Amino acid sequence: MTPLTGYLLVAALLFAIGLAGALTRRNAILVLIGIELMLNAANLNLIAFWRYGPHPEALTGMMFAIFSIAVAAAEAAVGLGLVIQIYRHTRTTDLDQMNRMKG
Amino acid sequence: MSIVFYVLAGLTVAGALAAVALKNTVHCALALTVAFAGLALLFLELDAQFAGFAQILIYIGAVAILVVFAILLTRGSETPKDTVYSNKWLLGLVTAAAVFAVLGWAVLHSTEALPHETAKPAVTVMDIGNALMGRYVLPLEIVALLLTAALIGAVIVAMHEKEGAR
Repeated sequence: MTPLTGYLLVAALLFAIGLAGALTRRNAILVLIGIELMLNAANLNLIAFWRYGPHPEALTGMMFAIFSIAVAAAEAAVGLGLVIQIYRHTRTTDLDQMNRMKG
Repeated sequence: MSIVFYVLAGLTVAGALAAVALKNTVHCALALTVAFAGLALLFLELDAQFAGFAQILIYIGAVAILVVFAILLTRGSETPKDTVYSNKWLLGLVTAAAVFAVLGWAVLHSTEALPHETAKPAVTVMDIGNALMGRYVLPLEIVALLLTAALIGAVIVAMHEKEGAR
């Protein structure tokens, strides 16, 4: 097994764990945690391909990962703000009880 | 494959598993921090020092703290009496397992096609700074705009209820 294969397998496992968390948990914050894990798995792929691919001095994968980290930070801030606002409105973060479009 | 990789991979995967499987939400957030730290160490192991330290600063320093704040503000720290999993948890688990099976199969069957350069990339933080200010200056400006919009948006979304109270 080459090193790149190992990193790709770890990233695939992290992505699957994040997906399982996002699909099976009730709490909206735990769903966001799952989404963050999936984003991080993608970043690990980008960095691993940058490290073991040709022309690392072009910095393509590294830049992708850095911008992806910045976008993920923005996503986390807005997502958690939305969760707090929904909690204020309905007094719950249980996604199974959020089944109405109308407030 | 070095022993360091196996230790870090085990730490990261264990943290991620605990983050999605534990009952207490605060424990989940702490396990998430462990997973983020493991990922940052994996980045350092991949000779991506800048990405590793950015991961520590942004994810452990900001996102994990934000998650803890959200949990405490929404009283999510109280473990619910009944199940913490959704009604359709089996379907979600099967979907995730199928996704992992497909991804793992694809990775293991494309070993010949994958690149395997062994030379360490000689990239310093100065090179990254030059690239950000040169070739990638437009994406950098767009990200700056996005972060400003996200900051204002998050504040507006979170303070909406206050207008009647003022």
